[in-house]
Amino acid sequence: MSIRERMSGNEAVAYAIKQINPDVMPAFPITPSTEIPQMVSTFIANGEIDTEFIPVESEHSSMSATMGANAAGARALTATSSCGLAYMWELLYVAASDRLPVVLALVNRALTGPININCDHSDSMGARDAGWIQIYAENNQEAYDNFIQTFRIAEHPDVRLPLMACQDGFITSHAVENIELIEDDKVKAFAGEYHPENYLLNPDMPMAVGPYANSPFYMETKMNQRLAMENAKKVILEIADEFEKISGRKYGFFEEYRLEDADYAVVIIGSAAGTTKDAIDELREQGIKAGLLKIRVFRPFPGEEMAKVLSHVKAIAILDRAESFSACGGPIGSELKAALFDFKFSGIAVNYFYGIGGRDYTVAEAKAVYSDLIAYADGSKPVENYKYIGLRK
Amino acid sequence: MKKNIEIRWHGRGGQGAKTAALLLADVAFSTGMHVQGFPEYGPERMGAPITAYNRIGDEPIRVHSNIYEPDYVVVVDETLLHSVDVTNGLKKEGGIVINTTKSKEEIMPLLKGYEGNVYIIDAHKVSMATLGKYFPNSPMLAAIVKISGVIDKETFLSHMEASYMHKFAKKPEVIEGNMNALKMAFEEVK
Repeated sequence: MSIRERMSGNEAVAYAIKQINPDVMPAFPITPSTEIPQMVSTFIANGEIDTEFIPVESEHSSMSATMGANAAGARALTATSSCGLAYMWELLYVAASDRLPVVLALVNRALTGPININCDHSDSMGARDAGWIQIYAENNQEAYDNFIQTFRIAEHPDVRLPLMACQDGFITSHAVENIELIEDDKVKAFAGEYHPENYLLNPDMPMAVGPYANSPFYMETKMNQRLAMENAKKVILEIADEFEKISGRKYGFFEEYRLEDADYAVVIIGSAAGTTKDAIDELREQGIKAGLLKIRVFRPFPGEEMAKVLSHVKAIAILDRAESFSACGGPIGSELKAALFDFKFSGIAVNYFYGIGGRDYTVAEAKAVYSDLIAYADGSKPVENYKYIGLRK
Repeated sequence: MKKNIEIRWHGRGGQGAKTAALLLADVAFSTGMHVQGFPEYGPERMGAPITAYNRIGDEPIRVHSNIYEPDYVVVVDETLLHSVDVTNGLKKEGGIVINTTKSKEEIMPLLKGYEGNVYIIDAHKVSMATLGKYFPNSPMLAAIVKISGVIDKETFLSHMEASYMHKFAKKPEVIEGNMNALKMAFEEVK
């Protein structure tokens, strides 16, 4: 029997960490992720788990210490947001190329300039090319469920890549909602323990981690990272199947909501998906065939799979909660349009920007996006490529 | 599709409006409902206007936006009436409850012609009489439960007692005062 509870997204992730009881957690605080290491250190102080908590002086150090512990053979994780992730930047690439399966609980927040503490995806989207697996959550339940699966995916021998599990700052991290928890023993059995084949503290097999690799070897390292990312697709689905057996909840690369017969679809990541679902239900009552594709796994990017399930749609709105300043599209917009092109999509695809720096996104605004799509599809409105939702006039 | 009850809280940083919204979510959850309780974060500092929200209903809640057309509004600090448009979007079938020492007649002109139900409570008086200190959030919590009818009084009080016994396990002497604050607030809302 699952446990009916109510907690915030941060509490949910901290609870998952408690149930997994990882070996090492170095961390440095930053809003809105601070509560996660705060709660974990309370669990440790109360003797509920025996994770080694390392307070460090910066995020550069928290990621370095996480990687060091992981290379030594420990299951290690940290948490951060926004500028904290930016300060980890060079290590993100090192973790990926050293093939260290560290886990990062990322609570998405806008990057500074101007200073802003609220949610958008510019932190994780900026790190999209660092070689990390990225999994996103719509609500506290998904933040919890995703987190329980993280180490199993990252540590799989065919993968061995770092993983960031993302949720929306404040919108889910600080919102108390209902949640179904899984019993401790089931999570413990599911998460298992980390027994790497090679690790620094193994005197029988000395090894080097992160050596110099000039042009004769660097490119092969990168090719191997790509292969690991391809392997991650298979592993993510296998772990999701196993997770369904202990939770009854099904996960994949993305969720399709009323998409099967949809003429108009929104593609989105994170908490705004729920708001869009409410809009879809209202539109369906009026006979409008609206649907949604909510991306859960952004790295590896399930381009082919998404193109397939969107192939019958007349018009797609791709909603980005981060800019890329290419001046022709955002992160999801650019990548999904490329995939749609490869798989000969013949409909309309428009990139929208919403929720930047915590700008709210409402059911009424979601409905207005579908009105646009209808007008684009029937030709009554010229197709635009770059649209904003909720921009001040 | 049955609609959730939506509540918006207006307070000042440090007065516990966020805590009260989370407590309401807590108690509604414990009676078996689906809940959301969340603050809207601006520049955080003591005394700055803050907003917090609740959605409460029988079905799972998916929407993740702020609340623009609330069924009920709670104003924890009456000085906000001069600077914040507290009745903005408030449904006239719903109502507003304000912590004030003023009369309804004195308050009405500040509500921009709001046509719904207006309730007042002197949470300062209730808090001082029962706790000896000024903590407006327990009285305001009872006030919104009473005017919205989201939970019936006896269920609310019994769940709050359990919650206080858990929360104040190490200082049980404050439980009675908080329970009295809730009970007195039920009588004082006008």
